[in-house]
Amino acid sequence: MTSVVLLAAETAAHAAEKAGWLLENAWIFPAIPFASFLIILLVGKRLPRKGAEVGVSALGLVFALAVVAGVQWINHVDAATSGAEEASSLNAAAPARPIQFFAEPSGEAAAGVEEEHAVTPVVSEWKSDWWTVGGVNFGVGTFVDGAAVMMLFVVGLVSLLVHIYSTDYVAGDVRFTHFFAFLSLFTASMLLLVLANNLVMFITAWELVGVCSFVLIGHWWEEKANSDAALKAFLTNRVGDIGLLIGMTTLFFTAGGGKTFNIEAINTAAASGTASHTALLVASLCLLAAVMSKSGQFALHTWLPDAMAGPTPVSALIHAATMVVAGVFMVARLYPVFFEGLSIAGSSLNLLAVMGGVTALVGGSLAFVQRDIKKVLAYSTVSQLGYMVMALGVGAWTAALFHLFTHAFFKACLFLGSGSVSHACNHSFDMKTDMGGLRRLMPRTHATFLIGALALSGAPFLSGFWSKDEILAGTGGFGLSEKANGTYHLMLVMGLITGGMTAAYMTRCYWLTFLGEWRGANSPNAHHAAPASSHDDAHAVAAAHDSHDTHDTHDTHGGLPHESGPRITVPLMVLAAMAFLATFANIPEKFTFVPEGWRLRFEHYIEPKAAYFPGISHAEFSPVIALLSILAAVGGSGAAVLYYRKVQATDPLATELAHGPTSRGGLPALGYNVLANKFYLDWLYNDVIVAFVKGPLARSANWFNQHILDGVVNGSATVSKHMAAFTYNVLDQRVVDGVVNGSGYGASEAGGLLRRMQSGRVQAYAALMFAAAAVLAAVFVLAI
Amino acid sequence: MWLNQFLILGALLFCIGVYGVLARRNGVMMLMSIELILNAVNINFVAFGAFHGTPAGQVFALFVIAVAAAEVGVGLAIVLLIYRNRSSIDLESVDLLKG
Repeated sequence: MTSVVLLAAETAAHAAEKAGWLLENAWIFPAIPFASFLIILLVGKRLPRKGAEVGVSALGLVFALAVVAGVQWINHVDAATSGAEEASSLNAAAPARPIQFFAEPSGEAAAGVEEEHAVTPVVSEWKSDWWTVGGVNFGVGTFVDGAAVMMLFVVGLVSLLVHIYSTDYVAGDVRFTHFFAFLSLFTASMLLLVLANNLVMFITAWELVGVCSFVLIGHWWEEKANSDAALKAFLTNRVGDIGLLIGMTTLFFTAGGGKTFNIEAINTAAASGTASHTALLVASLCLLAAVMSKSGQFALHTWLPDAMAGPTPVSALIHAATMVVAGVFMVARLYPVFFEGLSIAGSSLNLLAVMGGVTALVGGSLAFVQRDIKKVLAYSTVSQLGYMVMALGVGAWTAALFHLFTHAFFKACLFLGSGSVSHACNHSFDMKTDMGGLRRLMPRTHATFLIGALALSGAPFLSGFWSKDEILAGTGGFGLSEKANGTYHLMLVMGLITGGMTAAYMTRCYWLTFLGEWRGANSPNAHHAAPASSHDDAHAVAAAHDSHDTHDTHDTHGGLPHESGPRITVPLMVLAAMAFLATFANIPEKFTFVPEGWRLRFEHYIEPKAAYFPGISHAEFSPVIALLSILAAVGGSGAAVLYYRKVQATDPLATELAHGPTSRGGLPALGYNVLANKFYLDWLYNDVIVAFVKGPLARSANWFNQHILDGVVNGSATVSKHMAAFTYNVLDQRVVDGVVNGSGYGASEAGGLLRRMQSGRVQAYAALMFAAAAVLAAVFVLAI
Repeated sequence: MWLNQFLILGALLFCIGVYGVLARRNGVMMLMSIELILNAVNINFVAFGAFHGTPAGQVFALFVIAVAAAEVGVGLAIVLLIYRNRSSIDLESVDLLKG
């Protein structure tokens, strides 16, 4: 590790001349975990810790290098902004990049912002001819800009902490080594995705993370529910992938001067307006389908809550912090396509924003009716992903990526916290039967979970508040914020309602888990033998117990839950600290009491300032919106607190009112049923679409098959049969066999004749030889 | 001196040798006939060499004599083995390779 630090110091010193060794050789990021994957797969089972040590040390290295890369990137941006002339010669890999002064939408906007110079991304391409098809070369390379460096940091940190956490959480599992191998492969794929410099590499990595997600959701495939969930995730993603392929093919042919997969070329063409607007519109609509499936947007989000069947660390890493933001990242990466294609600037409504807003509301409302703590968090993830997509839809690129950044930390913290809770509570995730009163029993998990929940709910001074507020200001609704890209009134309303709902369901989740009395002692899940143990994690973790002396108390039912070990609580504390520290990444410009160099650092370093990025405007911090957002959060949270105080007044062990509004019928009951059935989307997919395919469609297909296709097939078979008979009787038996037999017969007869010459007597041979010599001599004499 | 005289002598010797090889049944006699053939060739070599005034013909004849000595050595050894196996050197009866 010391060599890495030395390397960092050395490369940072030379950052002024070069962009930095790591930035130019970013292939090393996916290479390390991929090597770890291979090592674990090949020799993991023979290692003392069954391969976990390889994964943890590889990720430690990746995270350390990501920090170094971050430092190098900051130096790179500083060098570029200190002098525009130097900036042009910074990157040897891309010498002739045009320096474009940032196009400001209005003259006033430039005044408050520091002078903008182009910051060239670091592009390294090793083989411009990975393969060639139809005269088009497909290259391999990395494309490093602020967003990529930010993702390297997030993926590196969360993945490292999840690896450490998993060494305890899945200890003793039958497929422990396999689990770590695929965590490594996932990390490698995700790093490849954020570094891809062309769309072919991007799709490759996109599918690789999908495969890893499939494998890890189905980690305990012995239970059918788990393998079903894995299949559902995989197949739902295939639906979106069709859109991805069509969209990227459209871009290939229409953007970037035609026939290029290069992301920068496509973006430059889209941002400069040379690409056809219709093509960009078609491409962005197709790509939306991919965002819908990968990032769990409304209508294709149903796989994400089911994906919670996987082990909790997987849920935290893949289905909360990293993989599901791949769709958001794709939009951010190809932002000019969406920005121009959907005409985001100056508009007040577009499909991307509506999709995000609806998803935020749907996810938030569904989180209310879940008993399973992980499902609450899963729907919350859906809702927050909707928030990010909505932010991209209203033009608040920086706010969206900032929310992605902060969300990764506090959501991972919450998921890992829920895993810690379940680890203590008979491996159940059911909040109503197995939890409650854990505040005193698990103080560290409680504290970190509370910080995460507050950050998610948008409590002031925690990171979630700032990123959410930036998104709300970015909508520019009702003229409450200045310098927004458009006037998205509806999105501001949706965002505020979602904020209130988020606070309410997180309060409910927190209350049911940590406050009140522990309900686990009377729970039907208290016995391990009970197959009804409500969550899929249960059986494998139960198997893990044989190797854990400290956990024996779980098996003697009646024992109280206790705090998890340090390998679980330390990652929680790190993530909780990050949920607070991420605040300082993007302090609003208006906070003049903060030194200049501390404000808007995220925007300064992460947002691209080059020709390949559209000229977006940045909304100013708005006190009114901040106040409204706090009010919404306090209102939502307060309502939940009032409800649960009332519940507890009746019975300390109760989790709901016996005669609450939803059990009295009418509209509330109807609403509850709609939510409990997840807006009937699964019913729509399984009972309507799949049943139609299985029923009438399958029957008519069968008829068509039996009567028409089979007729054609049988007819052609009869013709073939006759032709085959002719071939056999005439061609094969007579012609071919005749030739074969004839040649054999000829050889045999000739041999019979010639064998008489072979007398075996020396003198006969000599006579032949002399006769032949005499004939030869005669020929010579007479002919020559 | 005429070249023809030597060539006719060589041809006569060659014909006697060929007759011996084809007609004699005794293995040793056949080997001796081969020697006659070789010597007929030697006469031709020496005659042509003298006619052209070069020593090359005599050198070739010496090589042929040396090779003939080796050939006779091998040939007599074979005849001896045939005799040991069959108590006879009648070449008519040696036809194990008959096809």
